Amino acid sequence: MPLGALGFIVPPAESRVHVSDLNLWGRRLDCNFGLVGPTFVTGIILGSIYALIALGYTMVYGVLKLINFAHDAVFAVGAVGVFYIFGEWFGITEPMSGPGLLFVLLASLLVGGIVSALGAALLERAAYRPLRKRGAARLSFLISAIGASFFVTYMMQQGFLLGPGKRGFPGFMATQPAFRLFDSTVTNTKFLTVIAALLCFVVLDRFVNQTKTGRSIRALSEDIVASQLMGVNIDRVILTTFLIGGFFGGVAGTLYSLQFGFVVWNMGFIQGLKAFTAAVLGGIGNIRGAMIGGIMLGLIENMSTICIGAEWKNVIAFSVLVLVLILRPTGLLGERIGG
Amino acid sequence: MSTRENNSSNFIVAGWEKLGFVRYLIAAAFMWSIPILMDKDIFPVLNGSKGINILFITGYWILLSLGLSVVVGLAGLLDLGYIAFFMLGAYTTALMTASGGPDQFHIVTWPTWAALPFAILVAMSAGLLIGAPTLRLRGDYLAIVTLGFHEIVRQSALNLAIVNQSRGIAGIPNPSIHMLGINLDFGLENELYWWYLLIPAILAAVIMIKRLDNSRVGRYWTAIREDEVAAAAMGVPVVKMKLWAFVIGASTSGVAGWIYAVNISYIAPNSFPLLQSILVLCAVVIGGLGSIAGAVLGAVLITTLPEVVRELSNGKEILGFDPETGRIAIFGLALIIVMIYRPGGLLAAKRRRTELSEAGAADAVVTSDTTVVDEVIDERPAGEDEVH
Repeated sequence: MPLGALGFIVPPAESRVHVSDLNLWGRRLDCNFGLVGPTFVTGIILGSIYALIALGYTMVYGVLKLINFAHDAVFAVGAVGVFYIFGEWFGITEPMSGPGLLFVLLASLLVGGIVSALGAALLERAAYRPLRKRGAARLSFLISAIGASFFVTYMMQQGFLLGPGKRGFPGFMATQPAFRLFDSTVTNTKFLTVIAALLCFVVLDRFVNQTKTGRSIRALSEDIVASQLMGVNIDRVILTTFLIGGFFGGVAGTLYSLQFGFVVWNMGFIQGLKAFTAAVLGGIGNIRGAMIGGIMLGLIENMSTICIGAEWKNVIAFSVLVLVLILRPTGLLGERIGG
Repeated sequence: MSTRENNSSNFIVAGWEKLGFVRYLIAAAFMWSIPILMDKDIFPVLNGSKGINILFITGYWILLSLGLSVVVGLAGLLDLGYIAFFMLGAYTTALMTASGGPDQFHIVTWPTWAALPFAILVAMSAGLLIGAPTLRLRGDYLAIVTLGFHEIVRQSALNLAIVNQSRGIAGIPNPSIHMLGINLDFGLENELYWWYLLIPAILAAVIMIKRLDNSRVGRYWTAIREDEVAAAAMGVPVVKMKLWAFVIGASTSGVAGWIYAVNISYIAPNSFPLLQSILVLCAVVIGGLGSIAGAVLGAVLITTLPEVVRELSNGKEILGFDPETGRIAIFGLALIIVMIYRPGGLLAAKRRRTELSEAGAADAVVTSDTTVVDEVIDERPAGEDEVH
């Protein structure tokens, strides 16, 4: 669908509009409005990945009021798990098609999710629960989480695991153009990413708002002591929260690797930081906020390339984080886990 | 740990404290003699010019960990972007001295010494700039903002043409002293001078931090760290004191940045990865939050230990671990272990140790009335503010 149909006035792609001759450190600020469509599409796609990872930050924050700094490692572990199980163990390298592809695809997303969920649960047991039992200071949790994140990340960099370079992701799904949207080609993997993210979001939203476990999660996020008095097994609910957050992190990791075709030991770092920004932008602790924040961050950082060089994308994203924290620390939708 | 051991170690500490200013002279003499001790006959590894280079690296890491110790250890603010201040100090030095080629942008081309106060000033101002809007936020937000700040600074340097983007700035001049008949030229051939330059810097930082810690400011910091709400209710100017912690913490990294830039003569954004910010944090936490001896020990562990291991292994992998990157995995694990089993670090600060054991003593009052002030912290539950 062309943008014009939506009421946008779209200049031809090759027209470069010089907004001003403002000399910005030797670089002229010129905006290429032909990029509006493609950057919009890219923004939605990358935003969906951020949103999926942000769900993990938001779930843990909602319940424990704690930023799970190690979630970036959880994200990477899922993709690496799929890499080992499907690539190294089953040796799937050839592109597949038909029901076989569908099966392997679903299996890999499930495996990625489960590996990450187990990783997150292990993290909770090893790095968080001992501190929680002792009633340690906030700072201790953060430091412990950073330790866990760097431990996992740099273990993966060692020669006996991934090693320092990029490793090819099992290519069971050949990337091919699916359709065109707003002057840009959407490939099948990118389309899959968006659909999967939406699906995950709907499932999680239903789960938290309509099941018994979801109700205990919401109870914990309201008042941890009161919910314990009401008979909620808080250790189990916290573990469930980590499992759920980790699962979506792993799905995101698998989708990310599928789309870009590689796994690398530090793939979680920038993605994790951006997803955190997304969670804060939407209102950390809020599931719908994570989704909206993710998509918005994807749009902001990609559409900024219309006027500013793409090399500034990360700076834009982190500046958004700093600005949101200063201007509206509760985010767009506020800090509530339930809908 | 038995009580007897504790008493004897306390006796030594008390005796050391009684020495007053002489302590610093002894410390200076000890630091002065380290290169002599690093002789081949006494110390089997890290001798010669390589050893002295590592000594220098350890020296500026001590400055860094001392600064971060003020922020994290004394005031309890988690700063994950500390190296950004170090980087700003180094870049300020580069832009204020006659560095680079003829096309290089300079603010001024002053002698290297003249850039030192400005390197400190820029680092401190950056602390003020990032601290002022964010220190009102809760601690965990601050951590992530500082992490983002590091990336903003690094990525900006990677993209700005005036600092040559990823190519960095080369040819930063070495300092020299030509006055009162003294002629000292710092450079590659006079490696030891660099270490001697660091000794007064480290001592000055130690004296500054010790005096601050024992002043009203230090008590304010302790109050904020232990209970921010209670501190505010008691009239502690919370935001102002947090800002001071940030600014003072940044000052030593400005000095370190200057020394780094004029020593290595070449700086590039990729010399300041986020990893370094995390490693400084590891040094402070493993050594002991808020403890000066701990910060020094932490810096030595983080910088020297991997080098010793690397030299002993001849650069080969150990149990599959690469000596360069494997250490980060090990230090990451060490952070978790320290947080769980020994929250005060290897050399816990005296005040923190007392606080932690008094919190334990409050629980013990019911069962017995003996004082347990000297009890080591890892056997006592820490009565700090609670996270559910």
